[in-house]
Amino acid sequence: MSGYRIHRPGERINRQKPVSFQFDNVQYKAFSGDTLASALLANGVRLIGRSFKYGRPRGIVGFGAEEPNALIQLETGAHTVPDLKATQVELYQGLLAGSTTGYPSLDFDLKGLLGKFGRFMPPGFYYKTFMEPVKAWPVYEKYIRKAAGYGHAPVLPDPESYDHLHHHIDVLVVGGGAAGLWAATLAGRAGLKTLLVDEQSEMGGWLLTERRSRIDGLSGMDWVNQRLAELASLPNVSVLPRTTAFALHDLNLVQAVELLQDHLPLTERNAALPRQRLHKIRAHQVILASGAIERPLVFGYNDVPGVMTAAAGHSYLNRYGVAVGREVLVQTQNDAAYEAALDLAQCGVKVMLADARQGGAAAWRQQALKSAGVELLLGHGIAKVLGDKSVSGAQLVKLDGRNNQVVGSGPRLSVDTVLSSGGLTSTVHLFCHNGGRPVWNQQQLSFVCPDEGRDNIACVGAITGRWELSEALGQTHAAVAALLLGHGRGSSGNAPSVASEEVAAPRAIFRLPDGKPEGHGAKAFVDYQNDVAAADIHTAIRENYRSIEHVKRYTALGFGTDQGKLSNINGFAIAAEALGKPIAEVGTTTYRPSYTPVTFGALAGPHVGETFDVRRYTAMHASHDARKAEYEVVGQWLRPWYFPKPGEDLHAAVNRECLATRNSVGVMDASTLGKIDVKGPDAREFLNRIYSNAWSKLDPGKCRYGLMLDENGMVMDDGVTACLADDHFHMTTTTGGAARVYSWLERWHQTEWPELKVRFTTTTDHWATVAVVGPNSRQVLQKLCTDIDFDKDAFKFMDGRSGTVAGLPARVFRISFSGELAYEINVDANYGRYMWEEVMKAGAAFNITPYGTETMHVLRAEKGFIIVGQDTDGSMSPNDLAMSWAVGMKKPFSFLGKRSLLRSHTAGEGRKQLVGLLPLDPKVVLAEGAQILSNTDDTVPAAMQGHVTSSYHSAFLGRSIAMAVLKDGSKREGDTVFVWAHGKSVPAQVVSSVFVDKEGVRQHA
Amino acid sequence: MLVITCPYCQEAREEEEFSYAGEAYIARPAVPEEADDATWGDYVFHRKNPRGWHWEQWQHVAGCRKVFAVKRHTVTYEIAGSWTLADGKALYLKEQA
Ligand SMILES: [Zn+2]
Repeated sequence: MSGYRIHRPGERINRQKPVSFQFDNVQYKAFSGDTLASALLANGVRLIGRSFKYGRPRGIVGFGAEEPNALIQLETGAHTVPDLKATQVELYQGLLAGSTTGYPSLDFDLKGLLGKFGRFMPPGFYYKTFMEPVKAWPVYEKYIRKAAGYGHAPVLPDPESYDHLHHHIDVLVVGGGAAGLWAATLAGRAGLKTLLVDEQSEMGGWLLTERRSRIDGLSGMDWVNQRLAELASLPNVSVLPRTTAFALHDLNLVQAVELLQDHLPLTERNAALPRQRLHKIRAHQVILASGAIERPLVFGYNDVPGVMTAAAGHSYLNRYGVAVGREVLVQTQNDAAYEAALDLAQCGVKVMLADARQGGAAAWRQQALKSAGVELLLGHGIAKVLGDKSVSGAQLVKLDGRNNQVVGSGPRLSVDTVLSSGGLTSTVHLFCHNGGRPVWNQQQLSFVCPDEGRDNIACVGAITGRWELSEALGQTHAAVAALLLGHGRGSSGNAPSVASEEVAAPRAIFRLPDGKPEGHGAKAFVDYQNDVAAADIHTAIRENYRSIEHVKRYTALGFGTDQGKLSNINGFAIAAEALGKPIAEVGTTTYRPSYTPVTFGALAGPHVGETFDVRRYTAMHASHDARKAEYEVVGQWLRPWYFPKPGEDLHAAVNRECLATRNSVGVMDASTLGKIDVKGPDAREFLNRIYSNAWSKLDPGKCRYGLMLDENGMVMDDGVTACLADDHFHMTTTTGGAARVYSWLERWHQTEWPELKVRFTTTTDHWATVAVVGPNSRQVLQKLCTDIDFDKDAFKFMDGRSGTVAGLPARVFRISFSGELAYEINVDANYGRYMWEEVMKAGAAFNITPYGTETMHVLRAEKGFIIVGQDTDGSMSPNDLAMSWAVGMKKPFSFLGKRSLLRSHTAGEGRKQLVGLLPLDPKVVLAEGAQILSNTDDTVPAAMQGHVTSSYHSAFLGRSIAMAVLKDGSKREGDTVFVWAHGKSVPAQVVSSVFVDKEGVRQHA
Repeated sequence: MLVITCPYCQEAREEEEFSYAGEAYIARPAVPEEADDATWGDYVFHRKNPRGWHWEQWQHVAGCRKVFAVKRHTVTYEIAGSWTLADGKALYLKEQA
């Protein structure tokens, strides 16, 4: 009743290596070299899944990338892979697989019941049926989703690894069939750096199935082996099997995924090697030799398990030694399927062949079939297949010779298998990925690639519509020879010689008629994976979808993991007929990458985890770990957030850290601040242009806070820059802005002011920086350093000194981001941890307290110091921030952003400006990001006045504080505003944003 | 993905080594204070955005860090060439004339 093993000379399985595997919890045996599909068929398994929409029983249809039905879930747990095509899974010992469909079970499917009422499920069924009431959709959805779909994605992290490899080559050949092998041979002989890729485990393409042709007097596979031996002998040629070129991008960038270990049992995979490799191939010349795929015909109940393509039946026989049935009906409209019928018949299978053509194939083929005992039914087509979970027969009708009409009844045949052939479809996908258009070939009945290819893309073999081997190789030879000549190379050798055979033209028929109006007879499927029947395409067109792109989206034709490899041309042809237009005019839908599904792992390659988003650690990270810091990510850095003592939460720790710093001394790792060394005779002039404030009078040994504006006059970064010498500055930037500022400096220098003699070196990683902060910081520094005079008048606020701290050469800057007396010690990063520990020891007497970014934020907010990117958003000018003091409008050179500050909009009224807010209830901490209203009326749309940018509880002040941007805020001090968040508004008073030490006494102490 | 030749390194390299750095040869007004709001606004905000050949700046950020000029077709992504800013400018001005 279904498949069984049969020995075939030249089969690609190894009978000496039996393997066992499991499908849907049943153990089976097969051979090394089988695919999961051939193994299942050999074991008589036909029911592989249930269809997407109707839950109809489905079996294997194809034998490769075109398979629409046999989607399986491979392996379990972390290794599980969803929706692989059984036809592409190489069998290995112990393989575990299961059906992806069938709910609650494959044998009894809920949708299967729905499917019985299939005629009531037109395109758009779910939308049309479950639209009302809208509120009930989540309930419907839960069940529909459960019943729909295919495999499930893994939920555990992928234990396997992936990598990427870049190629820069002369010639890439896609497809290792006869045409591709010959193209690679010619390119290789000409000395060009050549790469040949093919998706299958073995090269040979259709020659792996078709055994009658002789090339240069050799059998097909002997010729293939001769080619492979020659290619292996050429050092300039590489051949990659199991490698699918899935995308072609501009400038001949082709992406291909190589399955390195998927064919090995999980226990035999080498963990040190990747499972898959993504090849990014840049080729001067791409040769597409991706061949063609046989499409089925469309007829009633053509989806019953046991209905397959003729090419599939042929391939299972010759490649895998599996006869797909005992009584087989072959239905065709072309000559090629006769070959399958002949090989099956010669193996003792009872074969009948129905040909939609009145005259049938070329006489010699008909004769060969008759001699093999095959019954020929010319001018016949299948009206419908009989059987439910497996084919039990077929009802034929007699066809009119010219119109696709039924002219009489035909026999009812008792068969267990139906193979159908609707002709070949060229695999034009890659050609079309970046704008190439295929052309309709009415003789060959396929969209094909034009012979001339495109710039630097040649098309050879069946992709151009040349189905006959002799023509395909002839065209390949001519095209590649021309291409080599273009590269200044001759081609050696003649085109391989293959006897040409007489072929009868195929019949332009796609949907076999059953004598009934479309929609009234047996369902005839066009796209199996999406359950699109011929009637659905007619419905779409009746509902006035005219463009094939719209028909595709309405019916789902050509979507899914098979991307319509079997269904597209049939669908276009049926739409063309319904529209009354030629197929060429209907055209194709758009081909987009990927040709076949690619794992996320392969696309990500090694760029996962820390190699995707680099994590940077400061030199004293181990010290923070030892003190049990909690961390936060800032830019790419992992920075201590706070240092909790046992039992402390964030708030308790931060309150303690703040008070300890304000009352005695705290210490913070400030190494992450961006640092740029600016040097050269024009360094000072450069700073004058790039910063808004003036740098002309900054003496060596002095530091200055600087604001950087973009040309729109808005603050983009800030930081303190120290003058080390007249021509040498140590610039600091925000932690997150370091890379951006570095590029910014370079670009202005190179593009606008190349005459300035200045250069920049990023030194962020070179220095480790320890900030010692608080009234006792001077005493801590004095214990560590004897060659710098820390007297308050000798080493003033905003001074910088070089000296020896804890025995190390150091730059010490007296700068403060907290408003306290504070010093930043910079030493060679290699000594960062040592310096941190020395500071901790020196500060022990003062209960020195390490603090993290949260305390830093509170301390700076208490002083009203902004954080660029938190209190600013790219639309804040210095004036908006009440920082006009940092703008040197009198500087001779018109610094970046200056002119924009005078624009009417920037200088005008109604801008949002930085203010402080004190909630009337000091216990309430405002929500950051909360909108500010002028009154309690929050009726939508409320007039929004601004928003809260920073908000904390200040332990030092014993109350909450906030910073905000508020419309015309500089004029609204004393106003009460209402801060709206989480459904209620909280009153707050507008105040100066400096909450602590307005006079600056502490930092000047 | 483009393949870009750095005129300083004199090598064709993958796009991922480079950063786009905007339209090339935008002239900053010599005396910004003398430019009216419209002129200044044009300089700050308005870009050509052509359909066709476009002169643009790229920076070899993962290489020599030099900014240079590239003439690229915005439809076909074809690159006509790349030059140092100074060399490219002469060509650019000739084309504009
Ligand atoms: Zn370079």
